[in-house]
Amino acid sequence: MSSYLLSRAFQAVVTLFVMSVLVFVGLYLVGNPVDVLLSPSATPAERLEIIQSFGLDRPVWEQYFLFVSRALTGDLGNSFVFNQPALDLILHRMPATMELAFTALVMALVIGIPLGIRAGLKPEGLISKSIMTFSILGFSLPTFWIGLIMIMVFSVQLGWLPASGRGDTVSILGVPLSFLTLDGLSHLILPAFNLALFKISLVIRLTRAGVMEIMQLDFVRFARAKGIPESRILRVHVLKNTLIPLITVIGLELGSLIAFAVVTETIFAWPGMGKLIIDAISVLDRPVILAYLMITVIMFSIINLLVDILYSLVDPRVRLEGGSR
Amino acid sequence: MSTRQKDAVSVHTAVPGTSVHASPLARTLRALACDRLALTGIIIVGVLLFAALLAPLIAPQNPYDLAQLDIMDGRLAPGSESMTGTVYLLGTDDQGRDLFSAILYGLRTSIFVGIISAAIALVIGASIGLVSAYAGGRTDAVLMRIVDIQLSFPAILIALIFLAVLGQGVDKIIIALVVTQWAYYARTVRGSALVESKRAYIDAARSMALPDRRIIFRHILPNCLPPLIVVATMRVAYAIMLEATLSFLGIGLPVTEPSLGLLISNGFEYMLSGDYWISVFPGITLLLLIVGINLIGDSLRDILNPRREG
Repeated sequence: MSSYLLSRAFQAVVTLFVMSVLVFVGLYLVGNPVDVLLSPSATPAERLEIIQSFGLDRPVWEQYFLFVSRALTGDLGNSFVFNQPALDLILHRMPATMELAFTALVMALVIGIPLGIRAGLKPEGLISKSIMTFSILGFSLPTFWIGLIMIMVFSVQLGWLPASGRGDTVSILGVPLSFLTLDGLSHLILPAFNLALFKISLVIRLTRAGVMEIMQLDFVRFARAKGIPESRILRVHVLKNTLIPLITVIGLELGSLIAFAVVTETIFAWPGMGKLIIDAISVLDRPVILAYLMITVIMFSIINLLVDILYSLVDPRVRLEGGSR
Repeated sequence: MSTRQKDAVSVHTAVPGTSVHASPLARTLRALACDRLALTGIIIVGVLLFAALLAPLIAPQNPYDLAQLDIMDGRLAPGSESMTGTVYLLGTDDQGRDLFSAILYGLRTSIFVGIISAAIALVIGASIGLVSAYAGGRTDAVLMRIVDIQLSFPAILIALIFLAVLGQGVDKIIIALVVTQWAYYARTVRGSALVESKRAYIDAARSMALPDRRIIFRHILPNCLPPLIVVATMRVAYAIMLEATLSFLGIGLPVTEPSLGLLISNGFEYMLSGDYWISVFPGITLLLLIVGINLIGDSLRDILNPRREG
């Protein structure tokens, strides 16, 4: 177990290193952030001063080295635009994104699993066919477009739900949360459902495939032969075995929800870190881009690790190994 | 007998150089034509492809030739008549651009980007997958580790990173899409190549002392095609959707290269004031295209996967 953890940590560090070099060198080659920082009327002397104060006149490897040694002390540099520590900016925005992603994940499971089971038990029925059609649509609907349509229908036409922002928040342990106030909840529903839609389809399909496969296995037939009631077979035998592959997927999907929140946050003006990174990319705010990247890579490595460990707990046949799988 | 076994037998008994794949291909096409959903998909995609290819001939105006635009015609509702008497079937955008024409041109860009990026990713990914499966050992372990790590990151994140570094442009977005997609192909091909390389006909080919290259490309690769085709179909749809998303976010294609995502993004600000058509019609087109491709892909998966019965 500990050797497994070590090798995973090593892997994460290597990924982090490769990604940071790639982005650092890439950003270095692409554009000069000085143009963003300076007003067009700046004198050459002012220009030089800015360049020196940000260390932009040094060779790229030296800048990278400086970045890494500072990063190790938790300093990812100041945003060029906001002139605040990039790390603070992102951490400040993170709870909003997390709340959105978790709500979407819960929605995907609560809606997706029952529908998937229904579709898997009676695959030929009309209801099941409708569920599957819905899931094909869910896969095909571009998230950003359906978000617009949702705003048009529910906010503009019907006026039921607000189209942008987070609404009132309640601070719990210093973390602002929307879902505890009525106003916040009404702001959360549309974006979370928008983000969840794709995952609902995915969960439906996975659950359905799992149920269909497991219903044909010998142990289900045996349980039936033993006279165990169908509801118990479903609850204990089928559901449990269906959930195992779902865990892996759900874990990985949480990561993808956090990443795809970029799109939903842009549409619904949700003040999360996705909106921040899009803005940072368009103005080449190098420290923010790098900090976002570092944080997501670390976050993803942790999520992946947790999923693997959880998976091995649920399914004892899976052994955690350091190297190849 | 399953399709896979039939393929194996037909490859095994075929005389090298004759067309081995005519029969599986014909069989697949026939099965597709019998599937109502797949047929719907083929018709949708066919019509859209045709419209995209012939856009300059069909479109009433060239939406990106500024001389043809009249700002006075801006934001006209669908079916309105212009100052000069032509009818704007789907309305106009804020700059007086005929939306129907803009959609045709946008479709062109979207399909082009989707197919080209999928094709490049397929060639790169399939080669890496084949090499990985055939070389085995350390090479395999390292390559598959890279694939694993890459696939543990969502495509949009990787695309964001690359576009942040590369900037905007058709070529840039194709690079970003290739980078996000190759790993899927590599994993698929490696998986089926490993299965195939353990089969008897490969042993037979080896015992005939055929060169490695020939075994890989003439024997293993053709038998890896069915899963590869299924993955490729789904990936084209995904690539088109991802491009639209990135363009919508304003970090994909530049304004000079119209794509469906960009059109939708243009209409976003007018949507709240009730001018729905600028965003809605390009969106429906995008949706049809993706649904069409996915319907074909779904059906192909059922046809080409012998393990899935019914």
